[in-house]
Amino acid sequence: MSTTTSPLELQPGERVLTGWGRTAPSTAVVRSARSTADVQDAIVTAGGRGVLARGLGRSYGDAAQSGGATVLDLSAMDRIELDVAAGTATVGAGVSLDAVMRALIPHGWFVPVTPGTRMVTVGGAIAADVHGKNHHRDGTFGSHVQSMTIVDGRGDVRVLDQVSTPTEFWTTVGGMGLTGVVTEATFDLIPITSSRISVDTVRTRDLDHVMDLMLTGDDAYRYSVAWVDSVHPSGRGVLTRGGHADAERLTSAGAQDPLAFDPKVLATAPPLIPNGLVNPLTMRAFNEAWFRKAPKKRDGELQHIAEFFHPLDIVQDWNRAYGPQGFLQYQFAVPDDAGHLVGAALAALRGVGALSALTVLKRFGAANPGPLSFPQPGWTLAVDVPAGVDGLGPVLDRLDEQVLGAGGRLYLAKDSRMSPAMMAASYPRLAEWQRQRDAMDPDGVFTSDLARRLSL
Amino acid sequence: MMDALGEPQGVLVLGGSSEIAIATVLALPRGRLRRVVLAGRPSPALGEAAATLTRAGVQGVESADFDASDTSLHAGVVDAAFDGGDIDIVLLAFGVLGDQAEAEADPDAAVKVATVNYTGAVSIGLRVAARLRQQGHGTLVVLSSVAGDRARRSNFVYGSTKAGLDAFAQGLGDALHGTGARVLIVRPGFVRPKMTTGLDEAPLTIDPQDVAKIIVTALRKGKETVYAPGPLRFVMAGLKSVPRPLFRKLPL
Repeated sequence: MSTTTSPLELQPGERVLTGWGRTAPSTAVVRSARSTADVQDAIVTAGGRGVLARGLGRSYGDAAQSGGATVLDLSAMDRIELDVAAGTATVGAGVSLDAVMRALIPHGWFVPVTPGTRMVTVGGAIAADVHGKNHHRDGTFGSHVQSMTIVDGRGDVRVLDQVSTPTEFWTTVGGMGLTGVVTEATFDLIPITSSRISVDTVRTRDLDHVMDLMLTGDDAYRYSVAWVDSVHPSGRGVLTRGGHADAERLTSAGAQDPLAFDPKVLATAPPLIPNGLVNPLTMRAFNEAWFRKAPKKRDGELQHIAEFFHPLDIVQDWNRAYGPQGFLQYQFAVPDDAGHLVGAALAALRGVGALSALTVLKRFGAANPGPLSFPQPGWTLAVDVPAGVDGLGPVLDRLDEQVLGAGGRLYLAKDSRMSPAMMAASYPRLAEWQRQRDAMDPDGVFTSDLARRLSL
Repeated sequence: MMDALGEPQGVLVLGGSSEIAIATVLALPRGRLRRVVLAGRPSPALGEAAATLTRAGVQGVESADFDASDTSLHAGVVDAAFDGGDIDIVLLAFGVLGDQAEAEADPDAAVKVATVNYTGAVSIGLRVAARLRQQGHGTLVVLSSVAGDRARRSNFVYGSTKAGLDAFAQGLGDALHGTGARVLIVRPGFVRPKMTTGLDEAPLTIDPQDVAKIIVTALRKGKETVYAPGPLRFVMAGLKSVPRPLFRKLPL
């Protein structure tokens, strides 16, 4: 019997990690951090491959993985504290927005921004500076953070806020976890009287129609997003917009408990799904059905928060539907004068048979001071495509060039394939961000597969 | 770092003047490639291989001294390559064919073939595997041969080294299973590069470029073993089950 440990076999604590798109896996030692001291210890004892915090792994590409590194799981740092007088919540970085909503909605408070899934952590929401259906009015999640506690690359605990440490604060917001490990954050809440959203729905006949409605009418709504039929050449779709419904509007059953919030997972996708389940035929059927199920026009429908914001959270692990080759999401932002790229991108992807089920169009409002924060005023389009589609790479590279030419960029939380040159050119403040990051992490402790791939 | 569409950024070629390896680098998606290390014995052929890649527009081509038979230097070769950045694909492409009659007459010549093809591969293969494990991702592509599937009278010295290499690579792949690092075994049949000139062309003979395409497809699909060309899998399965008294008499 040999007493030497094999350097080849998986060691205790090592896990193969991927993003939500389940492409490009890498292995890291996953370590649970239960306290700030644990985070500090991981940082000061870091090996050559560094440290990275990972939340719930909902970024699509390689942002929350780092081959050979120590990956920190902060889910045990799960404190949730509500300050009713200030209208803020102070929560551990490992807390999911799902947990925040379950805790706070019954008390009449809602998160300032929610992405299309509740299954993201507060730490992840800050790192990716996530946006939601209210970006055109309320901006990103990061802009509602009052203060946050981070452990920087030296292992020092620092409290950052927008007023006294704006540089460090905005380098961290959207900084993809590369400036430090967020351990706690205090953010603004929205007061609500019911857990329902009053929703106006319109079926739109083509892209011009929906874009015109959004340009002229979005300002009247707190929340707005359009789903686009990626199969139909017209770009027909469904525009849903709304705002928090007052409790008085609830009748009968709902009025008993206007702030009820208990969304259920109704199904879990099976672990093994063959490649090819997502194919042109099923995509055609899905898009047709999604279009048909929407009413032609309906105003003031009351929907539960989960139904309106997070329809995908009903099926757990839906990302497995794309099979072992995985999928990616292409999301770009371009200024208003490049709105034609929305149609051009959909046509280019249709051209290689890369049909998407979840095609989302939204208007962004003002950008914030974060050098790597993604949103900028104009349009954003997000398209899911299977990674195994032949010829996808060159099509996306050409779209990158068009997006770059229009002054746009891609969302790092979604990216899994852009080039380092595209990154540097489309985020012109990258060098400024890198200088500030180097000041917070002089030894380069924090890194990720995304950071290595894009030379961040 | 390999991206979601399987496009590599770093490649290490062990046996940098191998025609199959150079054809493989040229067949890989090149849009994200930024570093290709060609490790081999300093020679005009190695310089020519680097020049071929650079002429074809491949970015970041470097050469490194590497002698498969000098295992004492292997650790340094591997460390230098990996310390310069993550390596997504390692092509283990060195090997000598040797001359069977010479090997039978001069056992030292046979030992040389065995040292390069087997001992050298074990030495460098384990060191590469350890570095792939440390970086948490990457694929080692091992160029084996159908000659290792069943030793033939006419070239059993070479065949036995490839049999050993193939068995080593299979075991290594199993050891790495589930770790994020992988091994792809490629078993070409008769390929038309310099190593086989002068021999009569066998059926299913292919060019280095064909092997390269098969390797790139296998990498994209995450395969563990491929024959080149593919149908050789069935030919070899048949040959392996031929009884020895009959196999000896086959004109192979």
